[in-house]
Amino acid sequence: MTMLDQLSEIEVHITAAVAVAPAEADLEAIRVAELGKKGRISLLMRELGAMPPEERLRAGPALNGLKDRVAAAISARRQALEVETLNRRLESEREDLTLPHRQEMHGALHPVMQVFEEIAAIFADMGFSVAEGPDIEDDFHNFTALNFPAGHPAREMHDTFFLRPAADGSRKVLRTHTSPVQIRTMMSAPPPIRIIAPGRVYRKDWDATHTPMFHQVEGLVIDKTAHMGHLKQCLTDFCARFFEVERAETRLRPHFFPFTEPSAEMDVRCDRSGGEIRVGVGSDWLEILGCGMVHPNVLRQCGLDPEEVQGFAFGMGVDRLAMLKYGMPDLRPYFEADVDWIRHYGFRPWLLPTVSGGLS
Amino acid sequence: MKFTLSWLNDYLESGADLAAIVDAMTLAGLEVEDIHDPREALSAFSVARIIDARPHPNADKLQVCQVETKDGTKEIVCGALNARAGLITAYAPIGAFVPGLGVTLAARPVRGVVSNGMLCSGGELGTAEDPFGLRSSREDAWMPRAAALGVTPDAARLDGGILELPDNFQVGAPLAEALGETDPVIDFEVTPNRPDWLGVMGIARDLAAKGVGRFSPRAVSPVTGQFPCPINVVLEAPDACPIFAGRLIRGVRNGPSPDWLQKRLKSIGLNPKNLLVDVTNYISFDRARPLHVYDASKLRGDIIVRTARSTKDAEVGATEPDILDGLDGVRREAPASACVISDNGGRRCIGLGGVMGGNETSSQLDTTDVFIESAWFDPLTIARAGRQTGILSDARFRFERGVDPNSCLEGLELATRLILENAGGEPSEVVVAGAPPKVDRTIVFKVRDMERLTGVAMKPKRMEEILKGLGFRPEAPAKSWRSGDGEWRIQVPSFRPDIEGSADIVEELIRIEGFDSLPTDSLPPPARAAQIVVTPMQNRIRITRRVLAARGFLETVTWSFMDSAKAALCLTDGRVIEDRLLIENPIASELCYMRPSMLPNLIEAAQKNLDRGARTVRFFEAGPVYEGDRPEEQKTRLAAIAAGTAERHWSSRSSSYDAFAAKADLFATLEALDQPADRFQIGPPAGPLWHPGRAATVRLGPKTVIGSFGEIHPAILRTLRAEGPMIAFEIALDNLPAAKAKPSKTRPLLERRHLTPIRRDFAFVALERVTAGEIVRAAMKADPKLVAAVSVFDIFRGPSLGENRKSVAIEVTIQPKSEALKDEQIDAICKSVVQSVEKATGATLRS
Repeated sequence: MTMLDQLSEIEVHITAAVAVAPAEADLEAIRVAELGKKGRISLLMRELGAMPPEERLRAGPALNGLKDRVAAAISARRQALEVETLNRRLESEREDLTLPHRQEMHGALHPVMQVFEEIAAIFADMGFSVAEGPDIEDDFHNFTALNFPAGHPAREMHDTFFLRPAADGSRKVLRTHTSPVQIRTMMSAPPPIRIIAPGRVYRKDWDATHTPMFHQVEGLVIDKTAHMGHLKQCLTDFCARFFEVERAETRLRPHFFPFTEPSAEMDVRCDRSGGEIRVGVGSDWLEILGCGMVHPNVLRQCGLDPEEVQGFAFGMGVDRLAMLKYGMPDLRPYFEADVDWIRHYGFRPWLLPTVSGGLS
Repeated sequence: MKFTLSWLNDYLESGADLAAIVDAMTLAGLEVEDIHDPREALSAFSVARIIDARPHPNADKLQVCQVETKDGTKEIVCGALNARAGLITAYAPIGAFVPGLGVTLAARPVRGVVSNGMLCSGGELGTAEDPFGLRSSREDAWMPRAAALGVTPDAARLDGGILELPDNFQVGAPLAEALGETDPVIDFEVTPNRPDWLGVMGIARDLAAKGVGRFSPRAVSPVTGQFPCPINVVLEAPDACPIFAGRLIRGVRNGPSPDWLQKRLKSIGLNPKNLLVDVTNYISFDRARPLHVYDASKLRGDIIVRTARSTKDAEVGATEPDILDGLDGVRREAPASACVISDNGGRRCIGLGGVMGGNETSSQLDTTDVFIESAWFDPLTIARAGRQTGILSDARFRFERGVDPNSCLEGLELATRLILENAGGEPSEVVVAGAPPKVDRTIVFKVRDMERLTGVAMKPKRMEEILKGLGFRPEAPAKSWRSGDGEWRIQVPSFRPDIEGSADIVEELIRIEGFDSLPTDSLPPPARAAQIVVTPMQNRIRITRRVLAARGFLETVTWSFMDSAKAALCLTDGRVIEDRLLIENPIASELCYMRPSMLPNLIEAAQKNLDRGARTVRFFEAGPVYEGDRPEEQKTRLAAIAAGTAERHWSSRSSSYDAFAAKADLFATLEALDQPADRFQIGPPAGPLWHPGRAATVRLGPKTVIGSFGEIHPAILRTLRAEGPMIAFEIALDNLPAAKAKPSKTRPLLERRHLTPIRRDFAFVALERVTAGEIVRAAMKADPKLVAAVSVFDIFRGPSLGENRKSVAIEVTIQPKSEALKDEQIDAICKSVVQSVEKATGATLRS
C-alpha cells in the first residue's frame, strides 16, 4: 500500500468521524488525535524528512493537503455544531409574548395647570413675566387700591369670603381676583411693567357655572405709551395663539370694572354649530376676558403719576378657557379629583407647552 | 333690568328694528341677557275658525273638528270642552313647536283619526288663558257639553280649554298681532356705575348717542297746586337725605290702573296693584326715580326725616327704638345710622328712607288723600341699611347706585299728572325741604388723553357731538378746538355720578364711537427682555408635577379650605386651629378653614374613587397651604397619596405601593429638583397624621423639615372614613435650599475614575432599635475621602443572633483617587469601617 493510498484511507476515516462527531469535545478529540503534536497526521509529517526526495515531492503536498482538509472539516463541523447548540438553546428559551407586560401607572397633569402654562408660554413670548401674590389678602390690595370705594355696590359684584376679624376689627379676605398682584407689582417695582399673575381666586358662589374657588390669569402692562389699540391687538394675538388657529377675530364691548377706565369685555368670533367650539370662524361671539386701561386712581394708589405712565390690564378665567378650548362640558369636576376625569381630560407629563414646540 | 321696545320708543324716535337695538345696546355696554319677542315665539300660530265639530268615533271626550285655517280646511282632533262649531280660536300647523308643551307637532293618529294640526289654549302658547274674557262670558255655549261628559262646572273652568277669540278676527291672521302680543321684552345687565340705565329714559339717551335714533326726553311741566300742602317736611339728617319734595292730592279715586300701564308693568314682571302704587313703580322703571305714596289720612302731623334711634339710644334716653312694619309684611328694627321717615312728632317710624315704606301709612284701594314723597338719599347710607336689613327693593337698588338728585321735582310732577289723569283729585302746592346735592359738577378733560389712552385721533367736533348726545355740556376753547390739544371744561349731567375725570370722558367717547375704531397696533417689543419669566418656585412646581405625573400620579386641584376638624389632624409643632384662618362666611360649614395640608382632601378623594370601583388611586397636588394669614405664611406644598391594591400580574405576586415606594418617589422628586439625596436625614414622623412606625420625616439639618412619607395613621383613616392602608408623601417646596447663583454656567471638569473601585462586604449584628441609616452613616464616616458608597444588601433575623437583634449586611465601595491602594491600606480602611460602626451603634461584626 503506497503512502498515498494510506493517506486517502485515513482521510475517508477522519471525514466520516468528523461528520458524525456529536459534540465539540468529540471534535477536539479528533483534532488532537490527528493534528495534535502527537497526532497521526503530525507524526506522518515528521516522517517526510526521512523520505527520498522524489517520494517526498509527491507525499509532501498530499500530506499538507490532507492536513488542511481535515482542519477545514473539523472547523466546518464545529460551526455546524455551534449553530445546532444555539438553535437548541433558542428553542428552549421560547416565550409566549402575547402575555401582557407589566403595566405602569399612567399619570396625567390637570388641565387647569396645563392651561396656566400654555398662557404663560404665549405671554412670555410677548415679554411678560409671571408674578404671584397671596390668596389671603387685605382689603387694601383686593379692593381699595383697585378703586372699589368702601360701601360701594361694586364690591358686591364679588361675593367675597371674609376671614375672622382681627382684634383691631380689620378682616382679611380671600382674594376675589388676582388683581391684588398688579397692585403689589406696581408698588414694588418701577415701570416699565409687563406681568401676568396666575392663581387661585375665591368667590362665594356655587352652581353649574360657578365654583367657590377658581383660577385666573391677570395681565398688566405699564409704560409711557401702551394704549387701548395695543391692548386689543395683544389680546387678539393671544386668542389666536391660545386657540391655536391661524387668525382670531375679536370685538371689545364696553363694560364696567372699577379698576379700569375705559373698560371692556372681549369676545372672540366662533362657531358653535357642531357641538364643539371653533374659534376664528362662524357667526357667534364668545366672551373671553375683561380688560381696560388702568384707572388713574389705581395708578395713584400705587404711587404712580397717571400723567406720566399709563397702561392696560386684563383678566381671564382659566377654568373656563380650558373648558372652551378642550370641551369639558362642566366646571364642577375640575375640583372633584375623579380618576376617570383627570385621565380623560388631563395631559401627558412630557407635553410641555412652549412657543417653539407648540402648546398642545 | 327689563323693558319693552314700545316703552323705549317713548323716548327714542327710531325706525331701528329689534336686532339693531340689541346690537346697539351690546356695543354701548348694555349687556343684553335675554330677548323675548312674542311675535317670534308665536310666529307659527294663526287665527282659525271651527266649521264643524263631531264626536270622535272612538273616544267620548274628543271631537273631530273641521277647521278653516290659513292652510285651508283641516281635520283636527281636539279634547277641549269649549271646542264647537263657529268658534274663532288659535291654530298650530303640523311642524309647529308648541312652547307650553315643549313638543313639535307631527301628523299622528289620535285614537284612529289623524289630527292635521292642533287647536291651542293660552297655556300651550305661553300667553294668557282667556285674554278677552270670552270663554268665561260664553259659558252657556259650552258648559252643557261639559255637564254631558260628567265634568263639574268648577272642574271645567279649571280645565281651561282652547282660546276664545272675538268673532271679528280674520282667519289666517298671525296670532301675535291678533292677541296684541307684539312688544318684545329686553332684559340686560346694568353695571353698578350706571344708575341712569335703571330707567328707560336713560337707556334711550345712550342708544340715541350710539346712533340708532333721536332722543326725545319728554319734559314734564309742573302742575299748579290749588292749595298749600298741609304736611310739612323737616330734614334732621341732611347728610343722609338732603332733599325731600312732597305733595298732597286730595279726593283721588284709587282703583286699577289703565290697561297700558298694567300691560307695561306685567311685561317686565311686576304685578299691577292699584293706580297709586303702580304709578310709583312705573316711574321707578321709566326714569330711575323711586317715589313713595302715603295714605295722608293715616299720617300724624308733619314728616320728620332723621337718623334711626337704636336700641342703645333707647336705653339711655326716653325714646323707643324705631320699629317698622314693612310693606313686605316683616316687622323689623331700623338699623343704627339708617335714615328713617317718621311722623307724630318724630315718634313713629313710617318708613326706612329709600329702602322700604311702612304698612301703617301705605296707600290702599280706599285711599282718597295721597301724599307723594320724592326724595334723594345718600347712596352709602342706603347701601348700609340695605345690607343690614337684607331688603332687596327697587328703591334700594336705585338709591344705593345713585339716583339723579335733580329728578325729585320732575318725578313728583310726573306722578301728579298720572294720578290726576287716571284718578282725579286736587293737588296741593309742592313742599320742598332742602336742596339737591352735587348737581353742578364740572370736570377738566385733557383732549390729548383720548389719543394717548386709545390711540384714536378723534376730531373735536365729533367729541363734542358725542358728549352733548350723552347730556354733557362741554366748553371747548377755540384754541383747543383747532389744535386738538388743551383742556375742556365739561359740565357733567346730574344723572352721571360715575364721571370723575378725563379717563371717564375718554371711555364715553370710545364707547360711543365704537371699539372697532381702535388702531391695530402690536405691542412694541419690551424695553428689556426678561431672561427667565417664571420664578424659581414656579419652576420647582413645574418639574415636580412632571416627575410625579411621569411616575404614575394623577394631578388634582382640591379646595384651599377644609373642615377645621380635618385641618387639626395635620397640625404639627404645637400649632393649633387659629381664628385668623377661619372663614367667617364659608360656602359650606365643612369648607371653613384655610388648609394646613392637602392630605385630608387627597385621602377623601382617593376613598371616593375606590368606592366608585377604582382599583388603584395615585393622586398628587402641588399648591398652597396656609400657616397664617400673612403673605409670607402661605407656603407651597406638594402632597401625594397612593391607595388601593396593585394591579395583578401573571408573572409573580404584585408588589403593592408601600412606604419605600413613597420614599423612592419622594427622593426621585428631590433629585429632579437638584437636591442630592445624601444631604437629608430620616427621622421619626411628626404629627398625628402618620403611622408612628411606618412613616418618617425628612430633614435638612436639625430644624428644616423637607417632607414626610409613609403610611397614614389608621386612626386618621378611620376618622376620614377611608379604608387603609394609604401611603402618602409631602414636600415643603419652600424649604428646599435654592441653587447657589454662579457667575457663569461653566461646569467643573469631569474627574474620571481611572482606578478600579474595591468592594467589601460586612455584616453587623445590632440591636433592633439601631437603624440601617445609622450604620450606613457610620460606615461612610470611616473614611469620607475614600469610602464612596455604602449600600445595605441584606437584613437577617434569627435565633442564632439572639433576642431583639438583627444582622445588617452592607457593601462598602472604596474608590482610590490618585494611586492604587495597597492591601494594607485597604485592610486599614475596612478596620476603621468596623470601628466606626461599632462605636456609633454598638453593633458588632458578625463572625
